[in-house]
Amino acid sequence: MLKKLRPGWGILPVAIFLAIWELVARLNLIPGHFFFPPFSVVVQELYHLAANGVLGNNFLASLVRVLIGFSAGSIAGIAVGIVMGWRENFNKALHPIISLFYPIPALGWLPLLMLWIGINELLPIAIIFICSFFPVLYNTATGIRSVDKDYIRVARTLGASDTRILATVAIPLALPNIFTGLRLEAGMAWRVIIAAEMVAIPTGIGALLMKAESLIRIDIIIVCLIVLAVMCLAFEKFFQYMEARLTNRWR
Amino acid sequence: MPSIELKNIRQYICRNVNLKIQDRELLVLLGPNGAGKTTLVNIIAGLTEYEGSVLFDGVAVDKLPPSKRGVGYLFQDLLLFPHLDVAANIAYGLRTQKQPQEQVEARINGLLQMMRIKHLASRYPKHLSGGEKQRVALARALAPSPRVLLLDEPLSSLDVPTTKYLRTELKQLQQRLGITTVYVTHDLQEAEEMADRIAVLQDGHLEQVGKPEEVFFYPRNERVSDFIGAPNILDCDYCRSLGRGVMEVGCGGLVIIVPHDGNLVKRIAIFPHDIHISETRPPGPAVNRFKGTITSLNSTQEAVSIELKAGAKNLIARMPHHIFEDMNLAAGKEVFVILKLRRIRVYEDKD
Repeated sequence: MLKKLRPGWGILPVAIFLAIWELVARLNLIPGHFFFPPFSVVVQELYHLAANGVLGNNFLASLVRVLIGFSAGSIAGIAVGIVMGWRENFNKALHPIISLFYPIPALGWLPLLMLWIGINELLPIAIIFICSFFPVLYNTATGIRSVDKDYIRVARTLGASDTRILATVAIPLALPNIFTGLRLEAGMAWRVIIAAEMVAIPTGIGALLMKAESLIRIDIIIVCLIVLAVMCLAFEKFFQYMEARLTNRWR
Repeated sequence: MPSIELKNIRQYICRNVNLKIQDRELLVLLGPNGAGKTTLVNIIAGLTEYEGSVLFDGVAVDKLPPSKRGVGYLFQDLLLFPHLDVAANIAYGLRTQKQPQEQVEARINGLLQMMRIKHLASRYPKHLSGGEKQRVALARALAPSPRVLLLDEPLSSLDVPTTKYLRTELKQLQQRLGITTVYVTHDLQEAEEMADRIAVLQDGHLEQVGKPEEVFFYPRNERVSDFIGAPNILDCDYCRSLGRGVMEVGCGGLVIIVPHDGNLVKRIAIFPHDIHISETRPPGPAVNRFKGTITSLNSTQEAVSIELKAGAKNLIARMPHHIFEDMNLAAGKEVFVILKLRRIRVYEDKD
């Protein structure tokens, strides 16, 4: 598992793809050179945007929103998920409600939240919160509930209290499930923030994307998409790595 | 270490079980699958609801949760915590007792040494063999110094050689620690080897409680007899030693030679499949060989049971279908009956 995380040969196909891209654009194989800049031009623009701070500022704005919204959402999701997974009564009470909210796509909340919260920093954070809260909660609750009850019986006969069993047996054994939720939603948070910024919020990578579109700056659009792709990947890989670190020894 | 007493234990599986297990005793709960053995052990541990009373040293523990009963429980599936290494698994019960760290570590070391698994201390359960898991699970159950040890088919998942070895080790350990133990198994041989006393459980009923040889030679009813393999049990009219570890006993007119050294023999037992039948006089010396008459034949799916009268005794022999079909046996026919010498088990006079 750890080995798979190293880039290694994964670089080669990407390099070949970039080379073909460069070649096709340079040789004018596609009519309308203006709409298809070569990779080198995109890299130049990336450098240019980074140097004058536009990319940095917008990226930072998006990053802060994702970090705050995602941490708050997943911490809340894990906490409620643990309670729901551990106490059957809470599960019975909350499950029907959550089942109703879960299928609503995070962006579906946008119009409602725009009216409730207004257009300010809290809006994207709230969207990310909702986007990560429900799936993380779902995975956590499922993870806790699917811990073999016999392990809990063993811990009981060894003198452990309920709280101790939760902390030392149920949660550790549910970690793989919890991480599945975190990993999926870490990437999803980036997809959602871009969409939210494109529609409603004037700063961030998504907003930059929309501005580039109105100025027909294809190179900037591609720069934004590259940043988005790299961030989605980086966040997912981070949690994949953390999961491997925490559970590979025993799984 | 306490004695354990079960008083009028009732539950949807167990029916009015009364049982007293002595201090330091190893009691084997023996019975077929589904007899309620595990349920009874769970009741002692407090893991299942029940009516009636469980007493440790005369004090009722019914109100105590499993975590307060002080029982070490070795589950059939062992259930080592997969996310903890061997040392942490063993330490689990100790850490709940809030002992000082040095004391915990000393205890873990002692247990690792006792179970001879010191080299495994930092391994995770997925890297352990069946026998190693067994030892770790036992060390974990023993770590908090329980007052009572409950072993639920502890060897059922292991291969035969490992089982034999671990049985001896388990018995020695139990005697050395002097811990009151309930040992669940469905294997008669295992029960006889391990038990101070055997309690035969069937359909939630305690059928018989007694020393292994008492249960074997004096099965209280047909259900117990059937469970232990329905041996032919013969009372001896007389017994005399022939020297060199061989005795001659007389049972209802049959003179039988048995390999035995020690007190006089009171009863002998032989399993139906250890009685051979021949239509013609077999060659060799006429030891433990009699003329008998077939009284009836009974065919079941696995084998054919043949009821015989030899001397004044009724015997039951059993043979596989393919052998039966090669012979020409019928009720009323006279045949030769051979008792396999080494397969005869004896019950000696204790006085």
